[in-house]
Amino acid sequence: MTLYFTQDHEWISIEGGSATVGITDYAQAQLGDVVFVEVPPAGTQVTKGKEAAVVESVKAASDVYAPVSGEVTEGNGALEADPALVNSSPEGDGWFFKLTLSDPAELEGLMDAAAYKAFVDTL
Amino acid sequence: MSETVAEIEDQALPLDGWHRGRGARMVSFAGYQMPIQYEGIIAEHLWTREHAGLFDVSHMGQLNLSGEGVDTALEALLPGDIKGIMPGRIRYSLLLADNGGILDDLMVTRLAGGNLYVVVNGATKYDDIAHMHEHLPEDVTLNHMDEHALLALQGPEAVTALARILPGVEALTFMTAAAFDWQGTLLWISRSGYTGEDGFEISVPAERVEALAEALCAEPEVKPIGLGARDSLRLEAGLPLYGHDLDPATTPIMADLGFAIPKRRREEGGFLGAERILIEREQGPVQKRVGLLVEGRQPVREGALVLDGEGNEVGKVTSGGFSPSLERPISMAYVPLALAAPDTAIQLEQRGKIFQATVAPLPFVPHRYHR
Repeated sequence: MTLYFTQDHEWISIEGGSATVGITDYAQAQLGDVVFVEVPPAGTQVTKGKEAAVVESVKAASDVYAPVSGEVTEGNGALEADPALVNSSPEGDGWFFKLTLSDPAELEGLMDAAAYKAFVDTL
Repeated sequence: MSETVAEIEDQALPLDGWHRGRGARMVSFAGYQMPIQYEGIIAEHLWTREHAGLFDVSHMGQLNLSGEGVDTALEALLPGDIKGIMPGRIRYSLLLADNGGILDDLMVTRLAGGNLYVVVNGATKYDDIAHMHEHLPEDVTLNHMDEHALLALQGPEAVTALARILPGVEALTFMTAAAFDWQGTLLWISRSGYTGEDGFEISVPAERVEALAEALCAEPEVKPIGLGARDSLRLEAGLPLYGHDLDPATTPIMADLGFAIPKRRREEGGFLGAERILIEREQGPVQKRVGLLVEGRQPVREGALVLDGEGNEVGKVTSGGFSPSLERPISMAYVPLALAAPDTAIQLEQRGKIFQATVAPLPFVPHRYHR
């Protein structure tokens, strides 16, 4: 399993040709209490850098971008009933969706954990 | 000097350092750096509904109006019964433009000596002062009390906490006010607020506000609460927020604030905008502010459209969010009068997506004032 991060504060966990996507602990802390999440259903084609999901806190609505392109294999249905999972377990049970990568080369240029931490420290 | 318009820097509240020291996340609001949240909006919201929350509202404008003809002069700008306000009594009123549009909403209190203490919104205070200077006669003096901070202590346990450090405040009832001495400092305390809960608003000299905030937060019932929860609390209480639910394009009748125009003023008129407002009151406004219960879990926020049966835009959502107490999305909107009755089904559109909603009577969460 390899973990990557984006400048939009998504994480992407790779196992073989499959990936799991969520938002980082930094992102959930910035959002505050999450009250609604909309994840893409299985079969949705997502494109790197384009809107793939919606997350809303008490304060505001935010888009979640696809860190890589591919076909969604599963959206996290648990978030519909319990959106606060994004706050309590952003990088675990609060994952957003799983997808099959269409172009693994898109992973190049994403940050690893150390680079992401350094990036967050500059914010 | 540069010829370009410099970005105006936010001012710091007297409690700026105190907020930061307590872990507040600060945001720009009404020209000030203000605390949006400490531990989290939902926790702060629920704490206020169950215990007592301390809000720093020092950005608001505190004015003292005096002079021989101050009541008569102010009645030309506000549709309220200013002359009828007895000492220690508070009235909600509206500052009106000559077309009846709302320039601000405010609280007016009669002080013991006859002067009027007026609290206006932070984002509008300088415009309000300019408007008053333009319309008030020379013999009325307007003093902007900008050396005073303002705290709100709100929630069912507010009275317990405040009475412990200031015995006697429990005798105040909703919409009354009095002066109290706290360790040699004169406080002006009103039993009023903006959350729908019992509570107090405390005007305090800026140099003493930190000591007072510390003393209040030392009480076990009290936690500091940010702007985020202030907004969700007032939305549940059905209270309009100026700049969102009220603005110069809305009138008191559209905003369903007709209670702020008592009988004598309706009969006599003689305030800015009276002609239009009195006609609207007789014939009904084109649109009216209502509460909406939104289906599903997704909040429908300010700017979303109200649609008629054919998908035409006929109104707008002016406030909306997730209600922590009801655990569901709620909104306020202006809708055509024909759609304003409780239980009417309403269609909304936000970012291309359609939402179903139902008109609900306001407030969403019952007021619990100490009358």
